[in-house]
Amino acid sequence: MSETIETDVVIVGAGPVGLFAVFELGLLDVRCHLIDILDKPGGQCAELYPEKPIYDIPGFPIITGQGLTDNLLAQIKPFSPTFHLGEMVVSLERLEDGRFRVQTDAETVFLTKVIVIAAGGGSFQPKRPPVPGIEAFEGRSVFYSVRKMDAFRDHDILIVGGGDSALDWTLNLQPIARSVTLMHRRDAFRAAPDSVNKMRALAEEGKLNLVFGQVTGLKGGDGLIEAVEIIDNDDKTHHLPATRLLPFFGLTMKLGPIADWGLNLHENLITVDTEKFQTSEPGIFSIGDINWYPGKLKLILSGFHEAALMAQAASRIVFPDKKVLFQYTTSSTSLQKKLGVA
Amino acid sequence: MAKITYIAFDGTEYVVEAKDGSTVMENAVRNAVPGIEAECGGACACATCHVYVDPAWVEATGEPEPMEEDMLDFAHDVQPTSRLSCQIRVSPALDGLVVRVPESQG
Repeated sequence: MSETIETDVVIVGAGPVGLFAVFELGLLDVRCHLIDILDKPGGQCAELYPEKPIYDIPGFPIITGQGLTDNLLAQIKPFSPTFHLGEMVVSLERLEDGRFRVQTDAETVFLTKVIVIAAGGGSFQPKRPPVPGIEAFEGRSVFYSVRKMDAFRDHDILIVGGGDSALDWTLNLQPIARSVTLMHRRDAFRAAPDSVNKMRALAEEGKLNLVFGQVTGLKGGDGLIEAVEIIDNDDKTHHLPATRLLPFFGLTMKLGPIADWGLNLHENLITVDTEKFQTSEPGIFSIGDINWYPGKLKLILSGFHEAALMAQAASRIVFPDKKVLFQYTTSSTSLQKKLGVA
Repeated sequence: MAKITYIAFDGTEYVVEAKDGSTVMENAVRNAVPGIEAECGGACACATCHVYVDPAWVEATGEPEPMEEDMLDFAHDVQPTSRLSCQIRVSPALDGLVVRVPESQG
């Protein structure tokens, strides 16, 4: 279902820097919508290293990626940002009235005065196994996610991986598939023990095939696979008949559609000025790991600084006639009211 | 210090003097060894610093921890001597270590 949302600012990326931008913009009465391809806020901090300690956040001698995310979410709560999770921005265009039209792959449409790109290392996308010729089958018989279960009905499905995605889809697709084979490189699974137990029970009943090995090639044509060549743990090659392949090898980061927005880039990073952190396109700002300027350091704390300066410039676009008064949260009653503490 | 030899997929050898306490991944990145991407920066969270330890050095480098073993699930063409180079710490005992870089980190 498509809907159109009119707003002041759309922030692309809900990692630590995108979250802190909500705070800095909020103090200046600018309301935000955030879009992130992940199903949760926090970006790399939440996805790659939720339990890893970070030692260089000012004021926190040690904090985990998830701890920092939770604190930032608490800090921006007074500004009630709207999150659009599990969505990726696919198009961006400037309208005649100077605003931007932004559309996501879930067909959410935004009309916004300002765009802030805080997309870190880019969007998280499924890792493609380096199997020769796999591209030709993608989207027709090789899939990295399941959008419509019906596309798998009555097929011979090979699922590869040992984590929650692999196990969840093995269990969910088994009842509607013609056959399901789960292949993993070893007899140990990272997935939730309950799913692993259910999977093993089905394998014992003969309702799914459990094999150990790795994919080495694909057989078929015209985008449709017929068999998957695998090598087992004794280095023997086999051919498994399959009409659908679902590899689950985790996520990698790609710049994605941002590369096509006509912004000046420097080695796949977005060039910005160091006064406003604005891109080559007025009204589009970029902060955090995804931007570049001379002397750039990819540190979370640098992204926080960039968010503060960006917010000043962005608020002048959102409220062209309003005088921006510089104030401190320690002493300004008006800021404290916005934060709900005065 | 330890001398480490990285053999790239095309056979090119990169010989590096590595400081004790650093990781095999860090030395590869610092010396631009192709094929070691280390996307996550050494957090044992991505499997893009996957290497094959030369069989003669498997004992000296030791076994992967369970977390590293889990992360190796995301690597490709995993072999019995596969390791994540961010999890191998350099010490004088590794002087002469040889590792091979896989064709692709995906």
